[in-house]
Amino acid sequence: MIESNFKTVITSKHKLFDLHLRETFRYRDLIFLLVKRDFTAVYKQTLLGPAWAIVQPLLTTIVFTIVFGNLAKLTTADVAGDFVVPGFLFYMAGNICFSYFSSTLNTTAGTFLANRGTMSKVYYPRLVMPVATAFSKLIGFCIQLAMLLVFWLYFFAQGSTSIHVTWALLLVPVCVLQMMFLSVGLGIIISSVTTKFRDLMMLVSFGLQLWQYGSPVAYGLNLIPEKYLAFYMLNPVTPIITTFRYGVFGFGYFDLHYYLLSWGISLFVFFIGLVMFSRIERTFVDTV
Amino acid sequence: MEEFMIQVESVSKQYRLGQIGGTTLRDELHRIGARLFHKEDPTKKIGAKSYEDGEIFNALNGVSLCVKKGERVGIIGHNGAGKSTLLKLISRITAPTDGAIGLNGRVASMLEVGTGFHAELTGRENIYMNGAILGMTKKEIDAKVERIIDFSECRQFIDTPVKRYSSGMFVKLAFSVAAHLDSEIVIMDEVLAVGDMAFQQKCIAKMNEISQNEHRTILYVSHNMNTIRELCSRCVVLSHGSVVFDGDVEPAIDIYMNSTEFDMATKVNLAEKERLQVFKLNPESVLVKMSSLELVGKDAPLYGIGEDILFDLELDSKEDSKNLSLRLAVMALGGQYVGNSFIYDFAQMKKDEKRKFRFAANFGGLMPGRYAVSMLLFRTNEWSVANNVDGIRFAFYFEVRDKEEQLKVKYNNIWSKVLFKNIELVNIF
Repeated sequence: MIESNFKTVITSKHKLFDLHLRETFRYRDLIFLLVKRDFTAVYKQTLLGPAWAIVQPLLTTIVFTIVFGNLAKLTTADVAGDFVVPGFLFYMAGNICFSYFSSTLNTTAGTFLANRGTMSKVYYPRLVMPVATAFSKLIGFCIQLAMLLVFWLYFFAQGSTSIHVTWALLLVPVCVLQMMFLSVGLGIIISSVTTKFRDLMMLVSFGLQLWQYGSPVAYGLNLIPEKYLAFYMLNPVTPIITTFRYGVFGFGYFDLHYYLLSWGISLFVFFIGLVMFSRIERTFVDTV
Repeated sequence: MEEFMIQVESVSKQYRLGQIGGTTLRDELHRIGARLFHKEDPTKKIGAKSYEDGEIFNALNGVSLCVKKGERVGIIGHNGAGKSTLLKLISRITAPTDGAIGLNGRVASMLEVGTGFHAELTGRENIYMNGAILGMTKKEIDAKVERIIDFSECRQFIDTPVKRYSSGMFVKLAFSVAAHLDSEIVIMDEVLAVGDMAFQQKCIAKMNEISQNEHRTILYVSHNMNTIRELCSRCVVLSHGSVVFDGDVEPAIDIYMNSTEFDMATKVNLAEKERLQVFKLNPESVLVKMSSLELVGKDAPLYGIGEDILFDLELDSKEDSKNLSLRLAVMALGGQYVGNSFIYDFAQMKKDEKRKFRFAANFGGLMPGRYAVSMLLFRTNEWSVANNVDGIRFAFYFEVRDKEEQLKVKYNNIWSKVLFKNIELVNIF
């Protein structure tokens, strides 16, 4: 009876697939403001401002180039062939991808813990926070992408490499979208579990470091022996990075089956994340 | 049919006692293992009370409530009565354990002012931020931002980061945003108690305005009965998670106050009453002890308007005392002091003497209601310096009733507690 007379009904029961997606969309202005806040608040009272976004990947790329390229001499080829890849560009492409993935995951994993102050005082669709994180990290990613473009043009102008523009460039935004789904999905799964067990929070930053070595960031995919490739490709980040490089450089490794599998895993993880998140968000205030 | 905005239907909320959450995975595995082998919980702190499985605390116990459109409902009760839990459930911060809540319209919950304020952002940016968190769209805020700034009295500083604001400016700005929400249901928890007195009055006026002109529904929790009186049209009393009263404001406040302190006794053993703080800290300073009190000629402490209160007071002197004087301070239940009454130099006593005195006190025309009397015994010297010898807060209680129907109309006595002489008509022109 109460259902028929009221627009909103709150009960103790929770429908499994009540994910608050439409409501989250209604709060898009809040998402926009949160993204803007993250961006302006971080760089207020700094001299370099948003330039800080490129300092970290730039230095990491230089270190990778020296350690993995010049000292360890790991291959920078994703497929066998006589393509010439500038190592610097190769590491930079992998790095900015993985750093978007890891920073988004790291932040969304702490959604409930970091925002309990506002969440225990006001109701808004909780999903707003991880979504806003994904977009605000995207701004940093775009700045880094612009830096990549500058170096790309530099190496292209030198002419001694095989990089060129192909239609595969269109795969780049698809990869970015996929990274958002995967990192937010995993992040909100972890944030749902960490409302009870804080251990996972420790595991996240450490796990992400290991994950980076399990993904072709510091080396080319060609390093992986053929017989382990199918297993290696189960890591959904691998096809994202190789496909991203394939799009940016115009050559490299692209396998539609593995790529679709990786999309499938990403969407599945995202969906599981949504279900868990919407279940936990109702009463997490009591336990967190 | 009248439109219901909120319907709470037999809602319960349970919390598990003992430690919940904040555990580590290892602890939890240990605990599961111990349960399997019927051992004692290894993660339990030594000496901590052990809670059985299923030992739960009912913060709310089958609460039902209907609120119509445009009503301003106050919710009062002691700490732990479940007021805040109820507001949290209605504002969807946490979910009920049982029961259902129906809402017709958007809910703006102001359980705290300034939620989501970021110190680095300017006042204006924070208006947008806070408004969006409270559920407004950017367009709605655009339309109201000027009014919000005017209301907050912070226009001069609006483009300065809020970290440089004084705490008063901060809460004023925060409240202003919340006061301009568009939602049909407004939920507030003590938030009117912000800013200086002038600003508080402004807030209450604003809340009254939005409820009466725009027919918005307000739920307000407070321990301050004066703001409840000024704002609410109806009042709900919660006690131990259940509704014990739902109706007019004054009777609700009476019920709430009664359950704390009103005492119908006419014989009071003052010797065992709690002393004022100074005497509690230093019991030696009680030189003449007020040991017992009796209201003369009454079975219950009920008096008519303007009736004398006759009482016998027994004093027990520990040393020679001259110029004993007594002060009675009358407080209305609800927290306002109403007035004082004195008697100077009424006795001198010798060491270890016990004597009884009968006094007649008249507190003028008090309005019907319940009152508490605090007593202070003191000595004066030739330079009119008082030296307190004993003091008791709320020594006895009494109730004034309009026995002889002196008031021609039944007043909702929200304005004051003292009834002066009636106005005389001097002339008609």
